[in-house]
Amino acid sequence: MRLIYGKMPLFWLYHFMTEYLLIVVGTVWVNNIVLSQFLGLCPFMGVSRKLETAMGMGLATTFVLTLSSISSYLVFEYLLQPFALEYLRTISFILVIAAIVGFTELVIHKTSPVLHNVLGIYLPLITTNCAVLGVALLNTQKSHGFLESALYGFGSAIGFTLVLVLFAAMRERLAAADVPKAFQGNAIAMITAGLMALAFMGFTGLIKAT
Amino acid sequence: MIAAILVLTGLALLFGLILGYASVRFKVEGDPIADKIDSLLPQTQCGQCGYPGCRPYAEALAKGEAPINLCPPGGETTMLALADLLDVEPLELDEEANKQPEVPEVAFIIEEDCIGCTLCIQACPVDAIVGSAKHIHTVIESECTGCKLCLPPCPVDCIIMKPLKISPNNWKWKPPHSIEKDYPVIPSSTESELEESV
Repeated sequence: MRLIYGKMPLFWLYHFMTEYLLIVVGTVWVNNIVLSQFLGLCPFMGVSRKLETAMGMGLATTFVLTLSSISSYLVFEYLLQPFALEYLRTISFILVIAAIVGFTELVIHKTSPVLHNVLGIYLPLITTNCAVLGVALLNTQKSHGFLESALYGFGSAIGFTLVLVLFAAMRERLAAADVPKAFQGNAIAMITAGLMALAFMGFTGLIKAT
Repeated sequence: MIAAILVLTGLALLFGLILGYASVRFKVEGDPIADKIDSLLPQTQCGQCGYPGCRPYAEALAKGEAPINLCPPGGETTMLALADLLDVEPLELDEEANKQPEVPEVAFIIEEDCIGCTLCIQACPVDAIVGSAKHIHTVIESECTGCKLCLPPCPVDCIIMKPLKISPNNWKWKPPHSIEKDYPVIPSSTESELEESV
């Protein structure tokens, strides 16, 4: 293979790009962290009442998820594996995530106090967002490399933000809609989320299993 | 076993150091939201919102304890800017706050009755009252904002509100009428019909 790549550098680039593009497309649409893996449902229901809050939450989660998947990869690869401590990965990943969330909160409080006020309790709650820990664990399970881990985390976060923003936009419209009394409030939100998950199943055919 | 303890302790120590550094580096001084609100307020310190000045009102707003529609000097512009900053729904201006006297008024001390208790001096947000203990006080007309905050503390009720005499020194252009007031978008007849149908 190295011989072929050496003679055809563009083909190597092509292979390189498709592999990483596949991870991003796969995590955003096909294996969406919320709608097909059902991780991170609490902020998905909790922060989706207003579009602007949803965007802020998406941004914060994107930052935390990307950073935490990179650093949990580093911790796993260079700290846990050399000492044969793989069984400690859950607790050390939680440590990593908590530290990054704390750091993010400090930075947001300094740079954008209004966003800090709007996100409120949901910002520290990213620590317990199962999507963050889930992505870190999936990275080790699939034995991703450094760039793969970073892209997997980033793609998942983009998928999370996309779904959260779409859902928030729908809920804003639903607030004005004439919903039957029995379905008002969270009930119609649950049904909407279910329908969204059904719609996202349509993306499954996007990538052929090879 | 020892390796596990060391690894976890080291990890916790490292993150603790990073967070400790970050909390010093990104330290927030005071209340940044109150600062932002304070810069939007007109800084007349008139006290018509019920707080002793613009800064206390800004702090109450930042805590979410006060509605955004209490500032008459700022009017609708300030209220909309506050609604935008705090991400809340715009409110109608408070009726009491919105009610402007026809003619601007200033406080006036009936000097025969004044006992020189200095209570009104302490109440005045703009330091428009001069006088000292057991001496007659008086109001500096050009400094008075007409906020009426000096009226309640006076024990002998010797402060009254007087219409401000318009002189070449304090005359101002009348503010232009808003278009909506002169030409309503919905004619009054259809508006009442709409209300009936609802």
